Amino acid sequence: MPKGGHVDDYASMGEGLATSDEKERAWGQISETEKGDDNVRGGPAEDDDRRSGAFFQILDSRFTQQELPACKPLLTPTIVISTFALIGILFIPIGLASLSASENVVEIVYRYDTECIPQQSQDDKVAFIQSSATDKTCRTTLTVPKNMKAPVHIYYELYNFYQNHRRYVKNRNDKQLRSKEYELETTNCAPEATTVDGSPIVPCGLIAWSLFNDTYSFAIQNKAIEVNKKNIAWQSDKDEKFGSDVYPKNFQQGGLIGGAKLNESIPLSEQEDLIVWMRTAALPQFRKLYGRIETDLVANEQISVTIQNNYNTYSFEGEKKLVLSTTSWIGGKNDFLGVAYLTVGSLCLFLALAFIVLYLLKPRTLGDPSYLSWNRNPDRH
Amino acid sequence: MAGDGLTISREEEEEEEERSLAPLPSSGRHHRRKSSASAASRDGFPNPAHVRHLSRTETERLASSQRELADSNSRIVFIGDPGGSDPRFETPRNSIRTAKYSPITFLPRNLFEQFRRLSYIYFLAIVILNQLPQLAVFGRGASALPLAFVLLVTAVKDAYEDWRRHRSDRIENNRAASVLDPQSGRFLSKRWKEVRVGEVLKVLANESIPCDMVLLATSDPTGVAYIQTINLDGESNLKTRYAKQETMSRPPGEDHPVDSAGVIRCEQPNRNIYGFLGNMEVDGKRVSLGPANIILRGCELKNTAWVIGVAVYTGSETKVMLNSSGAPSKRSRLETRMNRETLLLSAILIALCSVVAICNGIWLGNHSDDLELAQFFRKRDYSDGDDKKYNYSGIGTQVFFAFLMSVIVFQIMIPISLYISMELVRLGQAYFMVRDANLYDESSNSRFQCRALNINEDLGQIKYVFSDKTGTLTENKMEFQCASIRGVDYSGGRVSSRDNGEAHYILAAGKQILKPKMSVKTDPELVRLLKNKGDTEQGKRAREFFLALACCNTIVPLVVDTSDPKQKLIDYQGESPDEQALAYAAASYGFVLIERTSGHIIIDVLGNRQRYDVLGLHEFDSDRKRMSVIVCGPDKTINLFVKGADNSMFGIIQNKVDLSMIDATKANLHAYSSLGLRTLVVGMRELSRKEFEEWQSAYENANTSLMGRGKLLRAVASNVERELHILGASGIEDKLQEGVPEAIESMRQAGIKVWVLTGDKQETAISIGFSCKLLTEAMTQIVINCNSEESCRNKLQDAVAMYRKFAVISPDPFENALTGTGSTKVSMALIIDGISLVYILKTKLEEELFKVATACDVVLCCRVAPLQKAGIVSLIKSRTDDMTLAIGDGANDVSMIQTADVGIGISGQEGRQAVMASDFAMGQFRFLVPLLLVHGHWNYQRMAYMILYNFYRNAVFVFILFWYVLYTAYTLTTAITEWSTVLYSIVYTALPTIVVGVLDKDLSRKTLMKYPQLYRSGQRDERYNLKLFTLTMMDAVWQSVATFYIPYLAYRQSTVDVSSLGDLWILAVVILVNIHLATDVFRWYWITHVAVWGCIGATLICVIIIDCIWTLPGYWAIFKIMGTGLFWLCLLGVIVAGMLPHFSVKALKEYLMPSDIQIAREMDKFRRINAATMEIQMNRFSMLQL
Repeated sequence: MPKGGHVDDYASMGEGLATSDEKERAWGQISETEKGDDNVRGGPAEDDDRRSGAFFQILDSRFTQQELPACKPLLTPTIVISTFALIGILFIPIGLASLSASENVVEIVYRYDTECIPQQSQDDKVAFIQSSATDKTCRTTLTVPKNMKAPVHIYYELYNFYQNHRRYVKNRNDKQLRSKEYELETTNCAPEATTVDGSPIVPCGLIAWSLFNDTYSFAIQNKAIEVNKKNIAWQSDKDEKFGSDVYPKNFQQGGLIGGAKLNESIPLSEQEDLIVWMRTAALPQFRKLYGRIETDLVANEQISVTIQNNYNTYSFEGEKKLVLSTTSWIGGKNDFLGVAYLTVGSLCLFLALAFIVLYLLKPRTLGDPSYLSWNRNPDRH
Repeated sequence: MAGDGLTISREEEEEEEERSLAPLPSSGRHHRRKSSASAASRDGFPNPAHVRHLSRTETERLASSQRELADSNSRIVFIGDPGGSDPRFETPRNSIRTAKYSPITFLPRNLFEQFRRLSYIYFLAIVILNQLPQLAVFGRGASALPLAFVLLVTAVKDAYEDWRRHRSDRIENNRAASVLDPQSGRFLSKRWKEVRVGEVLKVLANESIPCDMVLLATSDPTGVAYIQTINLDGESNLKTRYAKQETMSRPPGEDHPVDSAGVIRCEQPNRNIYGFLGNMEVDGKRVSLGPANIILRGCELKNTAWVIGVAVYTGSETKVMLNSSGAPSKRSRLETRMNRETLLLSAILIALCSVVAICNGIWLGNHSDDLELAQFFRKRDYSDGDDKKYNYSGIGTQVFFAFLMSVIVFQIMIPISLYISMELVRLGQAYFMVRDANLYDESSNSRFQCRALNINEDLGQIKYVFSDKTGTLTENKMEFQCASIRGVDYSGGRVSSRDNGEAHYILAAGKQILKPKMSVKTDPELVRLLKNKGDTEQGKRAREFFLALACCNTIVPLVVDTSDPKQKLIDYQGESPDEQALAYAAASYGFVLIERTSGHIIIDVLGNRQRYDVLGLHEFDSDRKRMSVIVCGPDKTINLFVKGADNSMFGIIQNKVDLSMIDATKANLHAYSSLGLRTLVVGMRELSRKEFEEWQSAYENANTSLMGRGKLLRAVASNVERELHILGASGIEDKLQEGVPEAIESMRQAGIKVWVLTGDKQETAISIGFSCKLLTEAMTQIVINCNSEESCRNKLQDAVAMYRKFAVISPDPFENALTGTGSTKVSMALIIDGISLVYILKTKLEEELFKVATACDVVLCCRVAPLQKAGIVSLIKSRTDDMTLAIGDGANDVSMIQTADVGIGISGQEGRQAVMASDFAMGQFRFLVPLLLVHGHWNYQRMAYMILYNFYRNAVFVFILFWYVLYTAYTLTTAITEWSTVLYSIVYTALPTIVVGVLDKDLSRKTLMKYPQLYRSGQRDERYNLKLFTLTMMDAVWQSVATFYIPYLAYRQSTVDVSSLGDLWILAVVILVNIHLATDVFRWYWITHVAVWGCIGATLICVIIIDCIWTLPGYWAIFKIMGTGLFWLCLLGVIVAGMLPHFSVKALKEYLMPSDIQIAREMDKFRRINAATMEIQMNRFSMLQL
């Protein structure tokens, strides 16, 4: 602490407290009620107080004497062992449940970014994807490994796409998205804020500009499967963040096309792909919901997939995957949590056993004064 | 520090005057609170600068009061003519200003003051960095919030206090003073602030003195005025001040218009409240003025109807204002140690930032081609149609920006909140110390005082206690016990029963009875001897002895009314308790001092009132170690009475005197001091007419001289104090304070070394040492009292040889002594006196002394001067890392108190200078035990834990941010919202650590008092050291890994968005660190429960509120993610996995390697069981008795 300032202000605190008699009396009242069996030594006598200073009644108070009733937990062998055992007993079933839940999830993952480029364009994928003349349709067949119960979620998965990049994550304007009034509000949106002539881009910013634009369609035995693209975004986003009176404007008309174009007659609150996209992902490897298949898929069924491979991930060595997956209470397919719980649980059980062995092998009476350092070496005072 | 202490002792040799300056007390601000009358004073502390490093100008200025008063350097005051006063120096008006700020200067000055803290500058720099658009990591508002909050709180507090100062200044400045109007010759009312130098003022009884004034006249015909200086130096006894006879005769007023010829020359304003030097020219005659002729602002006039004086120093130049400087600023050991860890953390911070910056550069380099088009980066900007780079200025600049940005993001690695928490915690701790009933002294109705708020935790690490003896170990309530007259010992009063002692003298004056306020037990034989009218030689000497006691002093008798109208008490007011004791003793034997004026005293000698003219008085000084008075008795004989310390008195006795009598007296003295009594020798000499005249002219010359008056007076005194008859000696008991031996024993067990530094004789010191159990018979005493450097060296070498010899028995006693585990087999005590110290402290022998002293269990230093005390403290401070504590009660302890790491003042009999200079003040020595063993231990333990926890808590958070940054292309994105980042250390986790820091107790008071050895954990730095810090940091890294990677791995390749994952992380980390704290809490009060669980609840509420703001990207995220099972599993997994190492290591360590504290905690916990079994046994015992 610097000299002056604080030091001298507090310096006379003792006196300050000693003279603020009103406060003392207030404490004094508390002390009356709190007086307990745990007597505090040295408090001035009662009859003295009335005369010499009603101040010091309070000194009896358990609070000021730091004698409030308290619980004093101690890591006794019982507590240690039962804690570990309890955690073990709790965690192992949870781990097993998670594992089985994850096991029950059926997932089809298909990476198509390389495969959907014709052989001749493999050397210059970027040019292929940028060209408007090339046919970007790509077909493949996926086999359903197990029965998949509806709804089957369709995700696209991007890898190496930094949706959490600093400059990207802030490149949006929530005001503009929410209300027509703020159409001109394009702060933070550079370089996708306005067109060359200065009129605002709605929705502005890099995030909206880079909207994913691959499309998928599915068919089983030439019979198209309907993909439900409704309700893929959060209801809260549709209600509050994206305005129903805001229509896309000047979108995707700049010198560089980032991704999908938007239908200018549909308000933003119903552009669910955009809404999903604009909930930026936490990690550079992420999935986003594309739609749902609301019919069950049977094991070994062949699904023919038609992909419009539009989105440019080639310029930054990104990957694109198509994922069809069912869900469970634990989310998608992920064994990690189950394994982690099993590990921690068994470790705790092991520790419980280890401590039991330790307590048996090296018994020590808790609170035995002979363990005090000055009692252990009597010749050293 | 050692250097400073030693410099002082050298300075002392050359400039003995300096000594009186070192303990420069002044009134404290809290006095003002007690009585608004003295609001002039503020923040009275002796400036540590005086003791430690006097600046050159300061030294000169201080010394000026002692040296010559050159015309060029003096202030000239024309009495009654304020306009005519010295034009060379501007003199201020009498208005004072203690307030620091005015409304206009408040903002800049207050901010300036606050930003003197280095950490604030750091945070300001961060905030400024954050304002740059390229670096804006947080919202600009959010980043400034914590700093603004802290600044605002402090500013509001400062403003409030300053407003109070303004108010009291205004009240003070507008008080009424009566000032003489030169035209009419009447005293008119004027406001204090308008009083000017040179004006003549009148002050009535019980009024405060408005400025420093030279007395011209008083209501007392002899010119005496009594003042109370409690607000100036805290001493409550009345002090006498005199108006000069030359001005007494014609007090300015209506009858006597002001004599315009009156001129006062005095020194320039200085802060020495005990010195004043000047002279006054009246009617062409020069009269000298000294400290006895001036009354100072801040004092109150008592027992005197009125005084008239002329203002010489006003307003800010008054001595009290010059003395109002700030408190000594000490830094606690823990805080100093903490700086090392703060530096380490800074290194970690820089390392993290460098990693981020370098990786960022590498990433940019590797992807330089890709980023042209990558949707999330898009280096190219087409918005204007031109092909240019968007927000990109080359890898170098980007790396630099990344570094700065990461500093901003990771800033809380250095916890700003820690500094605030520490202040709050100390405030709470101080509150509990102040309120502790065990530290409340009933006898003096005084509480514990915390005067310095930043060294609470040092109380838990004390290794050396330096204690004063008189008033600290003893009560300083002197009681006359024995007299030796002509070598005959009269100590019957000491052994006689109380009834016998009732024979004290009662004096009838008219119908009224005058009685001394205190009676002393008398020796019946001596009373008989005195009643025999002094027929024998012995009787005559006895009468002279008591006459000497009654008149050779500076006691002022005050007659006090009692409830019984017929009875009045005589109260002896004096500065020295020894003198009071002697005067009461003389009164009990029938020599009652009734009245004192400047010219004479009246003594009732066994029923006859006798007037003695006091012709001269040589005050006590520490060089001569005696005082003397020259009186002319009713039989017109002129006698010199001297009393003083034995070694100074035996040097000036008559040569051709009865040697056996001297020897008998010496034997008696030895016996008295062996009993622990303080001894004084009394002597006298009848002066012949010629001798008297010689002395008188010399005395007068010296008294009016302007150059080196003090020295001249001392020479005059030494000249006349010679060839004395020894009348006898007195023995005064200074009782041990309650509980001192027990306290010393406790401290010894606690591994604290107690050193006693006293001004007393060696024998007295040793006997007190025995009676307070500091010394035991089993100890080997090493006594060093030598008169030359050579003999000191020999003695020390002998001592070194001795402990080497013991070293053969015990493997390493020196090491043992250092670690507080000195072997009991070879306990040694060092007894050393002041003279030897003079030889040792100046030379290379210091090192030897240090070795010997630290090897000894007990060190007693006797006959030491105040600055030597400081020198001894510095000796230890400079050579060891151990913490020192000095405790004392008197002005002579001030230097020691300020030098030691912790200074404690005893608010006792000897005034309040020590309290003023101290960091803590209390009523009794024995309170040191609960203070150190209980509060010190708690404070240290709490503060140490709090610092470590704060480091850990912020590190966990920073590491979590860091891990995330690794997955954002090193671009410093935070998943946790900026608001949560800001609130993390000031809301989410702040309260529990403060509550725990204030309330948690590892051990109960009873256990700590019962096992003083537990105190050693603080001395060994057990609760805060580099090892603990490293372990804590490792734990922090593990916990951050668990917190980050469990959700990361669980949510990898999922649809989770930034905000949801951020919410999970912040909740997990807050719960984790709070649970971590919870596992370390020793005692759960309901307040702790509220704080810990409440904080987790508050965090949840905050996160929910933040996610209800639609402008933020995280809108509704928390509700979405809380609806999934994965979230809860992650949360539980994080907490359990995070806590696993901490919990297992803690359980393992507490079981396998229990510290003393751990064992004691277990004993504490199972105490009830033990107590119950004890009770059963007791019951059985009592049944058996029945």
